[in-house]
Amino acid sequence: MSLYFTKEHEWIRVEGDTATVGISEHAQSALGDIVFAEAPEVGRTLNKGDEAAVVESVKAASDVYAPVSGEVVESNGAIADEPALINTDPEGEGWFFKLRLTDTSELDGLMDEASYREWSSKL
Amino acid sequence: MADELNTLPLDGWHRARGGRMVPFAGYRMPVQYEGIMAEHLWVREHAGLFDVSHMGQLVVHGADADAALERRLPGELRALKDGRLRYSLLLNDAGGIVDDLMATRRGDHFYVVVNGATKHGDMALLKSDGVPYTYLESQALLALQGPRAVEALAALAPEVEGLVFMQGGAFTLCGVEAWISRSGYTGEDGFEISVPASAAETVAEALTASELVKPIGLGARDSLRLEAGLPLYGHDLDEQTTPVMADLTFAINKRRREEGGFAGAERILAELGQGPVQRRVGFTVEGRQPVREGARVIDDEGNEVGRVTSGGFSPSLQKPIGMGYIAAALAEPGTRLTLEQRGKLFTGEVAAIPFVPHRYVRKGA
Repeated sequence: MSLYFTKEHEWIRVEGDTATVGISEHAQSALGDIVFAEAPEVGRTLNKGDEAAVVESVKAASDVYAPVSGEVVESNGAIADEPALINTDPEGEGWFFKLRLTDTSELDGLMDEASYREWSSKL
Repeated sequence: MADELNTLPLDGWHRARGGRMVPFAGYRMPVQYEGIMAEHLWVREHAGLFDVSHMGQLVVHGADADAALERRLPGELRALKDGRLRYSLLLNDAGGIVDDLMATRRGDHFYVVVNGATKHGDMALLKSDGVPYTYLESQALLALQGPRAVEALAALAPEVEGLVFMQGGAFTLCGVEAWISRSGYTGEDGFEISVPASAAETVAEALTASELVKPIGLGARDSLRLEAGLPLYGHDLDEQTTPVMADLTFAINKRRREEGGFAGAERILAELGQGPVQRRVGFTVEGRQPVREGARVIDDEGNEVGRVTSGGFSPSLQKPIGMGYIAAALAEPGTRLTLEQRGKLFTGEVAAIPFVPHRYVRKGA
């Protein structure tokens, strides 16, 4: 298992050819109280950079972009029912969706956990 | 970007309290401390302290200050009693709203509080009208809001219990002279407190020493006023909207309707008689996703029939609410609406405002 992060504050946990995607602790803290989340439908094909999900706090709406390309194989219904899960456990229970990766080489340009934590702590 | 933001007298105090500072109305201001949802609900149940020192505090002088203000404002100021406040609107010559404000008769002058983002334009307008005023730049303004605000403030200045909604007076607070009115922008009982900037920190410390009071940021100020159905200048009101369109006709008092004599009176009085083409309304949205400022209201053919000017998630009601301008024919509460935001359609319904009932402490109550 490998964990990656993007500069858009998404995390990608890779197991085999499946990637679980969510937003980071830093992102949930910046957004504040999350009141709505919408993950992509299973079966949707996402290209890297596509708008994949929506997350809204009391204050503002944000898009979650596909950090890598793939087909959506699972979508987390729990965050639609209880959006606050993204605040309380953003890098665990508050995951958004799972992708079957089409091109694992896209992972190469992403940050590892240590680099991301150091980078985001300075924002 | 050049750093031209002003700093509030309580800037360091906000930071020490964990306030997340953002640019607003030309100032660095706290958008939240512990979180908008918790702060919002705290104010509805206890009491919250807001720093609104960015707002413009003015004194309008002169023996005929009331008559001078009445040329720009549609409210009854001549008959306003000493120590009483009136909500009013500063109008341009076409009857458009330049700002909304609170005016208080205070002895031989009027004390006027205007919005922070518009204060310099307001002052330029008064100056061009030849209305003499003084800008109270060294006064801070704090708002203490919530059902337990009276308890918290009376612990420091017991006489404030004698005030009723829309009444103000001079009190001694933490050893300094304070002008305190029973008014606010949350729909709750509460007070607005004007003190010298040099005393702001002492007063803020004394108020938040009470376990009933927490500091509250701009985020919750916005969600509270939205639930209370109160318009926000620059969003729900601007120079293209009139008091009639904005559903603020209560601010055009009887004598003024009969006599006119205020900027834009011809248009505004005609609009009062005929009804406006578009009107400000509240609405609720099905589901959980907020529909925010800039979203369109469309009819069955996709034509625009209205526009959202404020929208968000109501912490008290746990559902999306908003305000906007809509064709008068669709403005009745209960009317179903179709809203469009970023290409997605939402179903809404016109709702009576306030969304959350006001709990002001009125005379005789």
